[in-house]
Amino acid sequence: MGGAKGRTVLLQGNEACAMGAIYAGCRFFGGYPITPSTEIAEHFARKLPTVGGVFIQMEDEIASISAIIGASLAGVKSMTATSGPGFSLMQENLGLAAVLEAPVVIVNIMRSGASTGHPTGTGQADLMQSRWGTHGDHPVVVLAPATAQEMFDLTVKAFNISEKLRLPVVLLPEAVVGHIREAVYIPTEGEMEVLDRKRPDSYENLLFFRRDENGVAHPPDLGTGHRPHYTGLTHDEDGFFTAEPGKVNAFTVGLNSKLELHSDLLTDYREDAVEDAEIVMVSFGVTARVCSHITRSLRKKGVKAGSFRPRIVWPFPEKRLKQIAQNAHTFIVPELNLGQMRSTVQCAVGQDKRVVGINRVDGTMLTLERTLEEVKKVLN
Amino acid sequence: MNRHDERYEVLLSGSGGQGIILAGVIIAEAGISHNLKVVQTASYGPESRGGASRSEVILSGEDIDYPAVTQPDFVIALTQEAADKFAPRVRPGGSVLLDSTWVEKPPPDVQATIASFPLTEEASNHFRKPLVANIIALGFFAERNPLLGPDEILQAIIRRVPSHYRELNEHAFAFGRELAGRKTA
Repeated sequence: MGGAKGRTVLLQGNEACAMGAIYAGCRFFGGYPITPSTEIAEHFARKLPTVGGVFIQMEDEIASISAIIGASLAGVKSMTATSGPGFSLMQENLGLAAVLEAPVVIVNIMRSGASTGHPTGTGQADLMQSRWGTHGDHPVVVLAPATAQEMFDLTVKAFNISEKLRLPVVLLPEAVVGHIREAVYIPTEGEMEVLDRKRPDSYENLLFFRRDENGVAHPPDLGTGHRPHYTGLTHDEDGFFTAEPGKVNAFTVGLNSKLELHSDLLTDYREDAVEDAEIVMVSFGVTARVCSHITRSLRKKGVKAGSFRPRIVWPFPEKRLKQIAQNAHTFIVPELNLGQMRSTVQCAVGQDKRVVGINRVDGTMLTLERTLEEVKKVLN
Repeated sequence: MNRHDERYEVLLSGSGGQGIILAGVIIAEAGISHNLKVVQTASYGPESRGGASRSEVILSGEDIDYPAVTQPDFVIALTQEAADKFAPRVRPGGSVLLDSTWVEKPPPDVQATIASFPLTEEASNHFRKPLVANIIALGFFAERNPLLGPDEILQAIIRRVPSHYRELNEHAFAFGRELAGRKTA
């Protein structure tokens, strides 16, 4: 950070997330407190009124996501934060946000277990829910921070992606990352890129949902004199329901094409010593911190090991993994779930590669000792 | 152990309300002002309302990947339960500080220097505030840890405590430093 004039402070991951959101221009938070995400709501409740924003504690999570979609359609960058049980309640309207092309950011601080589960435990078992939780083909972008710094940085990135591509973006940290305290560098205004949605002055033939050459539609903010029709139904470029097969097809394909057309923006991973690696540990979020520790130890002992961590987990960076698989023969996928990323990795690297999961679902992080034991079993 | 040796790990433990988490935050902030990398984590949940409470701090000259304490170099335990659970985990040759107000029986088989002082009792007697036992412990820690200087820790305390309690905390901290010079009880 040479020459930078920001400040470095000790922050909890959840605080860093809320601060990143405000840095990115978020001025509305609608939410319902739930462990282990509550500190995000607390920070917004204190800070939003001081920057001209609005905080509302809603009656539940369905109302929360509805409120942020409404605020976003009115032109305000908006966010909510929750944990698994609340994220389940939000699924229906997550699909609505995708279909309305409403930029919103949803933070799901992952606890452990299904249903109410283990509120203070940590887990990674909402990975597939974040991809497939709402019905129908829909574009999904999910970011997985591993440090308090990334809670800031990737929240800014989540807003940028949501504004640029006009879609809901999910931030998916584990409870331990939400609560960890680390030194976080807070950049000065303008130091970090902040993107805002395009706001066309006029729309030809009132086609508010027509896609531009980048595949993105730019419906107008409510209250700006335009009168768009917003619906969760399959709709034509004018925003009204259509059942015409050609147009229904164009709607669904167009909506989902945003991801492929912007694969550069949506590819974000960190890797260490993978170029000549024969064994690669693939993991996300806090689990990746265990893996990088272990692979560096193995390197010192002469084992050709490397580590790979997607910071954007959906879309999954399969192209890069395929390249890595040209040298590597074994992939180890540790997760705090029963193997949700393992099958995704297997698909990416091919069925002829050995892909082994290390899974823990007791509400705690992987420990170095136990993980290393498991890795040694795989190596022998 | 397989951890990287640059790490210095502190484990503070006690009962909810004893200021364990604040003490960990203060050590972490002192670490930042010393240009170290820091990670602070805490046990969280119902236990923060009176049950066992734990705060972990890792200090390192390098980036800290694995964010949990593996084998603490310094253990501070303010209750019997905490002492029984965490003192035996200390790295051989490390340090343990116990609050003998609550820890009646120091755990056996701890391969480290054990210091035992009635921190809460001293806090009540000297400052009429049992709550500053954590700050007294920090004064002790300031003298016995190899990385952070007393002034760095004191400045972190001053930044974190309400200004009208500043003097009280300064005295408690000084008292803790003085304890470190005494022979253990």
